[in-house]
Amino acid sequence: MSLYLNSLLVLFLLGLAILAIRTRRLFTSVVILGAFGFVLALVWANLGAVDVSFTEAVVGAGISTVFVLAALRRVGEREVEPGASRFQAGGGVALLCLGLVLLMAKSETRTVDGHEVPRLPAIGAKDSPAARNVSPYYIEHAEEDAHTPNIVTAVLADYRGYDTMLETGVVFTAAMASILILGVGCGQGNGPPPAARDEESSS
Amino acid sequence: MIGITGRHDSVIVRTGVRLLAPLVQLFGLYVIFHGHYSPGGGFQGGVIIAASYILIGLGLGRDRLEEMVSEETLIKLAGLGVLVYAGVGAWSLFYGADYLDYGAITALDDRADMRRSLGILLVELGVAITVSSVLVLMFLRLTDDRDDQPVEASA
Repeated sequence: MSLYLNSLLVLFLLGLAILAIRTRRLFTSVVILGAFGFVLALVWANLGAVDVSFTEAVVGAGISTVFVLAALRRVGEREVEPGASRFQAGGGVALLCLGLVLLMAKSETRTVDGHEVPRLPAIGAKDSPAARNVSPYYIEHAEEDAHTPNIVTAVLADYRGYDTMLETGVVFTAAMASILILGVGCGQGNGPPPAARDEESSS
Repeated sequence: MIGITGRHDSVIVRTGVRLLAPLVQLFGLYVIFHGHYSPGGGFQGGVIIAASYILIGLGLGRDRLEEMVSEETLIKLAGLGVLVYAGVGAWSLFYGADYLDYGAITALDDRADMRRSLGILLVELGVAITVSSVLVLMFLRLTDDRDDQPVEASA
């Protein structure tokens, strides 16, 4: 049931992505990308990654749409000719092969020439290699260590506190870099006087 | 041209923004403070609070938004958030523990797990302050067209 829902959502994602590339107006593209973000959030939620889904919904679908629209307004909206459809056979074949390999890996453990080829673990399987290292400790101790039932929060802000602190630093640094590019404080007495600005814009 | 800097023409939109913005902010705070128990946390809550201010900027006009929060204040807040996080980390050093080991800060609570819970809340607040102020700042920067005219469509 979950698999069918996910397949449907992924098909929907593909359709939206193609539409965003093929559409004529950049404005329409941006709005379609916003919808893409929301559908992607549904995919994450369906896979059980609720925190990622939440972030995708507020950032990918919400804020970034507004930002791209604001940026679009600055560079000037224009209609673009959708790029000529170039079907790249090599890429298509490679994707098909990858899909087949994944399907085979999904189904069952196979034996090829006496060697056992392991299959992909089920989603959320507790004996998968990714879940056998530190995850059990977090799952068992998050509540008693930090009084935090949402393990994701406990891992992000406590067990992996350094990562999150430096991520905040990255957000801050990225913002400062963007401000240096976009300019700050013009018209508040910090920027050059209007005459100087007129000269700049006319040159 | 997409009009997103001025005051919106429709009284419905303006009233809607006035009613909605406080509710969105309340939800943002809920997401930050309830991040221990439900999806969300400082980052998501910060983005939601930023969204409420951006909503004000879109509906009531960019100038109104800048009256409420100036860019200078936002830059200071962005730094303050990182400082709050790093400060909580440094606080635990005074108790002889490792950096960012909230469990050692006995001033917060008597129980160790509650101390860590509160420590998480404090650093999440720092993340939220930085993220929300940075996003509002980016919005103000991107929509500031006092000193440049958008390039005319040339296609």
